[in-house]
Amino acid sequence: MNFSFSGKRIAGVLTVLPANERSFMDDMKNFDVPEDKALKLKKVMGYDRHRIVTGEVCVSDLAVHGFRHLFDKGVVAPDELDALIVVTQSPDYFMPATSSVIQGRLNLKHDMLCMDIGQGCAGFIVGLIQAFMMLEQRSINKVALVNADVLSRKVSPRDKNSYPLIGDAACITIVEKTDDPQPIYANLKMDGTHHDVLIIPAGGFRMPSTPETAVVEDVGDNNYRAKDNLTMNGTAVFNFVQVEVPPMIESLLQQAELPVEQVDYFMFHQPNKFMLQKLADRMRVPRDRMPSNIVENFGNASGATIPTNITFNLAQPLLNGSLKLCMAGFGVGLTWASMVMAVGQLAFCEIIDY
Amino acid sequence: MKTVLDVLKGIRPEFDFATSEDFIADGMLDSYDVITLISDLDASYGISIAGTDILPENVRNLAAITKLLSKYGIAP
Repeated sequence: MNFSFSGKRIAGVLTVLPANERSFMDDMKNFDVPEDKALKLKKVMGYDRHRIVTGEVCVSDLAVHGFRHLFDKGVVAPDELDALIVVTQSPDYFMPATSSVIQGRLNLKHDMLCMDIGQGCAGFIVGLIQAFMMLEQRSINKVALVNADVLSRKVSPRDKNSYPLIGDAACITIVEKTDDPQPIYANLKMDGTHHDVLIIPAGGFRMPSTPETAVVEDVGDNNYRAKDNLTMNGTAVFNFVQVEVPPMIESLLQQAELPVEQVDYFMFHQPNKFMLQKLADRMRVPRDRMPSNIVENFGNASGATIPTNITFNLAQPLLNGSLKLCMAGFGVGLTWASMVMAVGQLAFCEIIDY
Repeated sequence: MKTVLDVLKGIRPEFDFATSEDFIADGMLDSYDVITLISDLDASYGISIAGTDILPENVRNLAAITKLLSKYGIAP
């Protein structure tokens, strides 16, 4: 499904990271993995350290901290926000929506639209598409898009396929109308027949959490997790990404009539460095134009990795000017989505700790 | 030139890969090992195996790996 927009822009991006950092090598000591093998994995997969919350920190805690920072800094005024979209798979509650919780904690105006979207790794693109559609309305001039997850709380510390790479984060992206008519192109696909390859089996209404679903089981490969934990079929996800993402980007750039050379950076979701390098090679994109250092420094925080990629790698150029960015997210659903647009000059682009 | 067996032994020296028909089912390679194997094959033979070729059936045994490498013009 293709989308196109104009007269909209990203005004700024903020990343909020938990201050708590864990190292990959320390994590691997919890598993039966020899040090030389861990070092090799560190190099190939790009795992080094990751940020995860401690205690009972929730998505709204990270997001409220970020909004207060933006309000204090004066780059956004609370009353300017006409809509709040929260994209998360780890909401504070089943009900109400986390966007309502954030609206209430910040005492935002009542004349606004709050909406949660249950998306993950493609959630930045899905959220931007939704924000741009909202901005078609006369009554909506500025939208706050929050991509946030605290999924480390749902990952088994004894699952070496997920725990060493999981990250928590919240990103706030302010999207608004502009007189600049530059086109924005996006596309999106979904395939729910594979909804079980990335899943938390228990805890919803299909399989409520019970003492039995909390029992940690041997699931092979020296991994142990409960049905209450996040589970990922890594092989299936890897193959899905390699098969679906390159043609999606090719189609997007055709729609935008843009050759690869005219895209400054390919800012992709980052499950691991190896996967991104394979994508770059297949798409004949120089690896230095597809940054792959987010999982290495902060872990994989699902929908927050693309905006964190922007705040970590492109803050200075985007505070000073504009870049043509091709962004792509892929994961839970399964969902894969991409967008190409000019980003910058931004009013803010930074990372803060919680 | 390194043989495929040399590459495999470098990853999991404790196993005899020459005697297995299914490295994955026999518990000799886990998912991390498969990624390491592909990375080592890339480096050893100066190729970049496509992501779409990184499938369990392509690294299941010596014959499968040899067939995969032949696709990239390598006859180890």
